[in-house]
Amino acid sequence: MTLHELTIHELGARLKQREISSVELTESVFARIAATDERVGSYVTLCRENALEEARRADAQLKAGDGASPLLGIPIALKDIFLTKNIRTTCCSKILGNFVPPYDGTAVAKLKNAGAVLVGKTNMDEFAMGSSTENSAFAVTRNPWNLERVPGGSSGGSAAAVAADQCIAALGTDTGGSIRQPAACCGIVGLKPTYGRVSRYGVIAFASSLDQVGPMAKDTTDCALLLQAIAGHDPADSTSVPALVPEYAQSLDGKVKGMRLGLPQEYFISGMQPEVEKAVKDAVRQLEKNGTEIVEVSLPHTEYAVAVYYIIATAEASSNLARYDGMKYGFRAPAKDLTETYFKTREEGFGPEVKRRIMLGTYALSAGYYDAYYLKAQKVRALIKRDFDEAFKRCDAIVTPTAPTTAFKIGEKTADPLQMYLSDIFTISVNLAGLPGLSLPCGFDGEGMPIGMQIIGRQFDEATMLKIARVYEQSTQWHKKKPRI
Amino acid sequence: MKITREEVKRVALLARLELSAEEEDRLTEQLDKILQYMETLDGLDTAKVEPLAHAVDVVNAFREDRVTNEPQPEALLANAPDGEKTFLKVPKIIE
Repeated sequence: MTLHELTIHELGARLKQREISSVELTESVFARIAATDERVGSYVTLCRENALEEARRADAQLKAGDGASPLLGIPIALKDIFLTKNIRTTCCSKILGNFVPPYDGTAVAKLKNAGAVLVGKTNMDEFAMGSSTENSAFAVTRNPWNLERVPGGSSGGSAAAVAADQCIAALGTDTGGSIRQPAACCGIVGLKPTYGRVSRYGVIAFASSLDQVGPMAKDTTDCALLLQAIAGHDPADSTSVPALVPEYAQSLDGKVKGMRLGLPQEYFISGMQPEVEKAVKDAVRQLEKNGTEIVEVSLPHTEYAVAVYYIIATAEASSNLARYDGMKYGFRAPAKDLTETYFKTREEGFGPEVKRRIMLGTYALSAGYYDAYYLKAQKVRALIKRDFDEAFKRCDAIVTPTAPTTAFKIGEKTADPLQMYLSDIFTISVNLAGLPGLSLPCGFDGEGMPIGMQIIGRQFDEATMLKIARVYEQSTQWHKKKPRI
Repeated sequence: MKITREEVKRVALLARLELSAEEEDRLTEQLDKILQYMETLDGLDTAKVEPLAHAVDVVNAFREDRVTNEPQPEALLANAPDGEKTFLKVPKIIE
């Protein structure tokens, strides 16, 4: 096996033993990118020289016997939504096309402090608005399992890069499923932590009450290691929570016997791909064999989640994106006066989906419609959260499909925004309720596309989710399958 | 119809978006379809439900009123669309 195919924990052991160097590993990753990225299109910016410099530094630390951090010398990719000091950060929008941040976001700074090597910035839907990465202003990303399919989104570039071994692991962000859905589409493991678990400082804002940063990796153990590195309270993000961060690696102990897993009937709907339903039900049977107990639970307000989400997320987005006015940073369109500058800058700088959401959000917040849309949505959000509170009285975690279908074809849903929105139907409620959710591979459909299972935990209980995922992973081989590209 | 072309124009004005005639047509049709889907919420009785703005219990995060960041005008102005010395240059605001 070549180096770029390995996991963080496999490579960590070899780096510490000094069987391999971080420079060799980093070269291997860049060679893989050179050989495959013309077809896949995961990256929008590569940081080869920087990365090799960081790798040399990691090697010096490893040589000095300083191998405490599991990420030391490991090549990691970042979604282009994370501010990276002196490295162009665009959110895949024309309006930030030339933006070079003067500082690192907290998650990035933590990865750097842990000795990780930054490979580059990955493609995404503009401002993280989308479920296929097709809304990027700059590039098309293709699914490594089938180049005619989307990689999912919005963290599609990160998911494709991990699946194609163009990095060892990556970070994404998840507002309504943007880590978990692409993870499912590309056959990798993706984890959205509890809202507040990871700092959002230095992450370009989409919907501030829903956005969360999380790891995307080749297996559960790697997810645990990455989460450990980025989790924790940050005074620079007033919504990050000062809760204790447990040792996630210790939760991978296989002790699931007697644990209760909730199976919500509302997540097995007509219209979903039958192979997805079968794969997830088979996975549930496997977990039962592993010693868990399956209980039926009900989340009766599930059918309202997409409507609630697309009111709240767009309302918050319309407010967050008001800052792109062409004055302080980013693109400014030439115009005759101030007002025209605003209008032309935003008209030329934003793509169609971003405009659509700004329009929808502005409408929902505007005089006369606020109560009917925004306030109503916030009330139904309370009901959705209450459903989970009730369900978690009867179980320790909830198991569902991650998405109703496997990755769809490029172009298949671009003409119909509502159909695109419905691909998030199983992931959205988790963000509305602030819960942690994880997607891991649980099979393939008849056309060889990966299927994802979602495990949902109680707030701040990422450990239980990881424990269950790890037990399933040890009983199956899905996560070890690689696409041929 | 949930939304008219006139309303689309009004919302675009609020959002500072200059839409082309073709965009106005398309958005009127698409937003109408999306807003019709939102009608699913109308059937739900929420009279006694408190709205939820934040899913996780958060308290005010107070801190000392002290400057913690270094001023770095050059770095910040490097991203400005237009500037001079340590100033941002913007279109004339007062006639």
